[in-house]
Amino acid sequence: MLSSPWRSDFPALAVLEAQGEIYLDSAATAQKPQALINALSGYYTSGAANVHRAQHTTAERATRAFEGTREKLAAWLNVPGADQLIFTRGATEALNLLAYGLEHLVRPGDEIVVSALEHHANLLPWQQLALRRGARLVILPLDLAGAVDLPAARRLISAHTRLLAVSQLSNVLGTWQPLTELLPLARAQGALTVVDGAQGIVHGRHDLPALGCDFYVLSSHKLYGPEGVGALYGRREALAQLRHWQFGGEMVEIADYQHADFRPAPLGFEAGTPPIAGVIGLGAVLDYLLTLDETAVAQHEAALHAKLVAGLGKRRGLHLLGRPQAALASFAVDGVHHGDLAHLLTEQGVAVRSGTHCAMPLMNSLGRTGAIRVSLGLYNDGADLDVFFAALDRALEMLA
Amino acid sequence: MTIDPSALPAAAQAALAEFGAAGGWEQRARLLMSWGERLEPLTDAERSDENLVHGCESRVWLVGEDEDGHWHFRGSSEARLLRGLLAVLLARVDSLTADELQSLDVADWFAQLGLSRQLSPSRASGMNAVLQRMRDKGRERR
Ligand SMILES: Cc1ncc(COP(=O)(O)O)c(C=O)c1O
Repeated sequence: MLSSPWRSDFPALAVLEAQGEIYLDSAATAQKPQALINALSGYYTSGAANVHRAQHTTAERATRAFEGTREKLAAWLNVPGADQLIFTRGATEALNLLAYGLEHLVRPGDEIVVSALEHHANLLPWQQLALRRGARLVILPLDLAGAVDLPAARRLISAHTRLLAVSQLSNVLGTWQPLTELLPLARAQGALTVVDGAQGIVHGRHDLPALGCDFYVLSSHKLYGPEGVGALYGRREALAQLRHWQFGGEMVEIADYQHADFRPAPLGFEAGTPPIAGVIGLGAVLDYLLTLDETAVAQHEAALHAKLVAGLGKRRGLHLLGRPQAALASFAVDGVHHGDLAHLLTEQGVAVRSGTHCAMPLMNSLGRTGAIRVSLGLYNDGADLDVFFAALDRALEMLA
Repeated sequence: MTIDPSALPAAAQAALAEFGAAGGWEQRARLLMSWGERLEPLTDAERSDENLVHGCESRVWLVGEDEDGHWHFRGSSEARLLRGLLAVLLARVDSLTADELQSLDVADWFAQLGLSRQLSPSRASGMNAVLQRMRDKGRERR
């Protein structure tokens, strides 16, 4: 029957259902648990204050809650020190921080290596950095399943490589990337490694020190938390190489008119007033997620995903993009434009994504103008997929 | 501004009548597809990058000619339902002057056809981008 025991923890699911809508777009952004809504309203009703500034009690309370999230996130990711986590406005900002903060290490002729499946957020900052510094952007090709092709990676990652930036879980193909093999290739060349965990963090718990990357980025809103919050993890030695990139507020240690000294990570990279309520909200979401049975969540998600992939596989003329392993599946149908399918699915109250999924170069390389993506959250039921499949069949029949 | 239907071009009056009689989303979608099929075709040469309208989810091409101050547009798209939306938009704007194009309210037109709900914000902005392109063409000529 595949029914999610956690569905009722997310009030929006019932509201959407009452409106005849099925939410299958969690990879874009996830619905939020009641625990988050309570934390946000609790923070605003009990007194907002800026953090790391004033001494009054309200500010102290806010700062404690804000820093509490840093510790919870560190524990979630098995990071030894909370000061290895910098709060940003999202995964995109974290990646831009890296592309500016590491710019001084990139010299003309150096190579920055990314994979062919990167989200624009993990492509454009590096592309633009390469253009600014006269470096070369090297693209790792994919195998047919939709994972980085390791033999090709072994050839392309070389002594010229300064930095490798790859996704953990593809937002288009739903494939886990072979980080255990890839990261050592870069490390062996003395290159820095960046993992885009925007999708990966949502599925399973990850041990970042064990993963062995220098940097890891994530977004709160995909992990059932509020938007406007992201985080950047760094190994201590890697964080020490970052130059400051945004200036103002409490990131400064001493300032006079002509000169200033800045704080180290994390505060030195959190210029301006941070999204305080959002960060506190993320802490409440982590508390909530900690109450769930990790194995049960993983099993439920795997069963839903298997049902999704099996069902798609039964439709004639339908092609999956890559071989999806988790969280989502993207597909195209022979002779049917994805925009038409999306239109008719929307008419039937099914929320999916259509288009290029912020990965235009990937779509071009797959020879597609776009695709439909169905993505799952822990609150989805098997029945959501039944509704989707019925709507898909109806749409395909109309477009035949 | 909703104008007197009898002042509309014949094709627009037909759209109002047909879509007004449509019962539900499925009938409207089928109507859109059949309107889309009746679009005047574009040549391969006309499906050029230059005629591509930016800001649409799916690719849309638009060409237009000024016939004694009255504009006649032709267009196409890769997606069938979008071709339908384009067809009912073209029906409404056919033979308008540049000034009339400036003041046309697309959202109102789609609302009259009962198609507001089918216009997601992204598709609506696509239709707005098409109208904007029409207006720009009208303006260039002056
Ligand atoms: C793989 C991947 N990286 C980066 C991002 C960007 O995240 P955000 O928009 O939250 O900054 C996304 C979000 O769509 C993503 O899926």
